[in-house]
Amino acid sequence: MRPIKCEKITGIVERMVIDANHFLPYDVFTCMKEAADLESTKKAKTVIYKILENHKIAKKGTYPLCQDTGIVVVFLEVGNETSTDGDIYKAINKGVEAGYAKGFLRKSMADPLTRENTGTNTPAIIHTKLVKGPHIKISLMTKGAGAENKSALKMLSPSDGIEGIKEFVLDTVRKAGASACPPFVIGVGIGGNMEMCAILAKKSLMRELDDFNKSDKNAAKLEAELFKEINKLDIGPLGFGGNTTALAVKVETKPCHIASLPVAVNIQCHSARHKTFTI
Amino acid sequence: MKRITAPLDADTIDDLEVGDEVLISGVIYTMRDAAHAKVAEIIEKKGKLPFDLTNQVVYYCGPTPAKEGNVIGSCGPTTSSRMDKYTPMLLERGLKGMIGKGERSVPVKDAIAKYGAIYFSALGGLGAEYARDVKKSEVIAFPELGPEAIYRMEIEDFYAVVINDAKGNDYFVINQYN
Repeated sequence: MRPIKCEKITGIVERMVIDANHFLPYDVFTCMKEAADLESTKKAKTVIYKILENHKIAKKGTYPLCQDTGIVVVFLEVGNETSTDGDIYKAINKGVEAGYAKGFLRKSMADPLTRENTGTNTPAIIHTKLVKGPHIKISLMTKGAGAENKSALKMLSPSDGIEGIKEFVLDTVRKAGASACPPFVIGVGIGGNMEMCAILAKKSLMRELDDFNKSDKNAAKLEAELFKEINKLDIGPLGFGGNTTALAVKVETKPCHIASLPVAVNIQCHSARHKTFTI
Repeated sequence: MKRITAPLDADTIDDLEVGDEVLISGVIYTMRDAAHAKVAEIIEKKGKLPFDLTNQVVYYCGPTPAKEGNVIGSCGPTTSSRMDKYTPMLLERGLKGMIGKGERSVPVKDAIAKYGAIYFSALGGLGAEYARDVKKSEVIAFPELGPEAIYRMEIEDFYAVVINDAKGNDYFVINQYN
């Protein structure tokens, strides 16, 4: 067994939430730079240059990329050869609390009914997977509400088929429009059941922007087709029209009930803040 | 690019058309979900508003805390449609401008035309860039709401795009069919 101290996990999470809020991920930065060349109108080009400029300012460390510094979503992989000296969930939340305080990040978590702010930006939303090996892997995103609010889940009928899935995805993106901060990364989860398709959609947003689904060629085909069709919607950078409505589309699938076709669309904003660290 | 000053006078509003890029300077007030709910409650109880709405511009924004020595933290726009429920009653009381992101409801667009007001979109997700345009900032109401308090901000050359003008035009609708 490889011992891993909770204190270490807390420190790493603290650093990760601060960094995620100040540095545009490299794949997003590269993709955004390329997007500038795809745009023909002055306004769309201006918006992309301003997004890149925003990144330049944020990476100096004084101002986060966005005032919505998000809620923290963690995909946690715990190796079976590791042992921690305490509650790993508490350790993560402690890191979130410390990071949001020390990094001057906005605390955005509130009680859903009283709307009272928890004051710490916790609890983080943590999905755990038990894996083989001597490592703990923390993949994390700081997810803003502008894009999250425009996400959607629908229990389609198997007879709706691939066309029905596409229609639902396009409709969700159309409704997301300007307020969800395009150009988007679109995460699509298909199959499983109600909660599983949502988790698949969320998890797909952790993938690199320029990859494609390597384990399911039908999903990869759908990613390419949806990417093309979404970018014809003319929503464009921040909704002012243009060729870049999505930077990427990610599709993940799992088997589902013979009577079901669950589909979830998770919208991610243009900053697509995410980080991964393996201990 | 048009340069305009907030609070807004009637001539400035008349001169603006959907799709116009503007640089706003002057004074604006932040208000988001919780501050709108509080102001609505005050209006309902016929109480005194935290600031006179006449000709003013509100900015849908909840900034991050300012680091020591800075005027403000990151401060980009939040989604405007969440304020739609409250907007007509503010326009009725003299509010002339709103800055946020995304589209507005039909009743809000109608009220914008009726009261000769204007709605701008700032650039979502560009909070660091906007922080540089804020020269002064102070909380003037509801400090207990933290980021949702009302801040009075003095801004310089704040970039925005006209989405709904006083003539009843909507840039998002026009843009969709272009």
